[in-house]
Amino acid sequence: MRVHALLKDARIRQVAVVPDAGHAQLIRLCERDRAMRVARLTSEEEGIALLAGAWLGGDKGVLLMQSSGVGNCVNMLSLPLSCQLPLLMLVTMRGDHGEFNPSQIPMGDATQRVLEAIGVIVKRADALQEIPEMVSGAMRIAFNTYRPVAVLFGQKGLGAKDFRKLTAGAAE
Amino acid sequence: MRRLHRRAVVRELLAGRGEDLLVVAGLGAPAWDITAAGDHALNFPMWGAMGGAAMIGLGLALAQPKKKVLVVTGDGEMLMGIGSLATIAVMKPRNLAVVVLDNERYGETGMQETHTGHGVDLAGMAKAAGFAATMKVAAAAQVGRLRRAIHAGKGPLFAQVKVDPEKLPLVLPPREGSYLKNRFRIALLGPDAVHDE
Repeated sequence: MRVHALLKDARIRQVAVVPDAGHAQLIRLCERDRAMRVARLTSEEEGIALLAGAWLGGDKGVLLMQSSGVGNCVNMLSLPLSCQLPLLMLVTMRGDHGEFNPSQIPMGDATQRVLEAIGVIVKRADALQEIPEMVSGAMRIAFNTYRPVAVLFGQKGLGAKDFRKLTAGAAE
Repeated sequence: MRRLHRRAVVRELLAGRGEDLLVVAGLGAPAWDITAAGDHALNFPMWGAMGGAAMIGLGLALAQPKKKVLVVTGDGEMLMGIGSLATIAVMKPRNLAVVVLDNERYGETGMQETHTGHGVDLAGMAKAAGFAATMKVAAAAQVGRLRRAIHAGKGPLFAQVKVDPEKLPLVLPPREGSYLKNRFRIALLGPDAVHDE
């Protein structure tokens, strides 16, 4: 997958993860990559602090999560914002195009506004083919200008989770 | 039993420190404590981001496996980031020590009680999470053993140090995050740390 190659070329070493289906392939590739350390987190804000420590120690990192995790990160973002630390966040959207689950809507619908309200630069990739270019550009902004940048991977490109398909056959 | 004095504990842990010890302090009293022991370029005192101290230590420990990383924080700060004990235990950084100065209070906001005064056993939680070593320190004679354990590199180590809930004069570190970051990176990585990329 091209995103893994981009991260590898940029010498990303620490990969902080709360899994989402949209990131499953990228997580597998990072786990197999011996130049990367994948840290599974109990909650997304741990990743913000982890990557702050990584940068202090000379490592670059990336945070992979679902949009619902953005809400968990808000106060911890004061760390990269107040210290001018580079931070690359790759966020797969829920509560977006074609959502089925009502509980995903409040955070998903607010994700971009919440990030922008606290001062994170937000880029969107709504089609799959846009993702590598948006990640590449966001990564350069983050590491060249020392600030948090998020790329939101829209549900239009990733596809909405189809609960009817997942429950098919359950009654039989 | 008389409780330990937090500044004396921190002074003993940091006395004569070399360039191989990297120190992160949680917001509030622990940040003032490490500064009272002597401001240092390889200190990263936090001014906010409550709950993040141990994870900053993890990121630093993974990036710098040949250095020793010491996180000094408070019970309230540790409780807010309690999940990070599980994350650290799974990552198994041998060079990371997390030392909680436990006064059973939120000291900066009026000395309100935390859970640790009501039976919550932080060292027990770290042990159950899978930390390689855990210690409870309540007497001055045990601080030397803690200091040796921090430098032994057989972590991750978690120590809960019961301290007196005394209110001490603030000893403030520099407060600009960008300065603290660059000072730390230059001391650790050399002058090129602010010229790359």
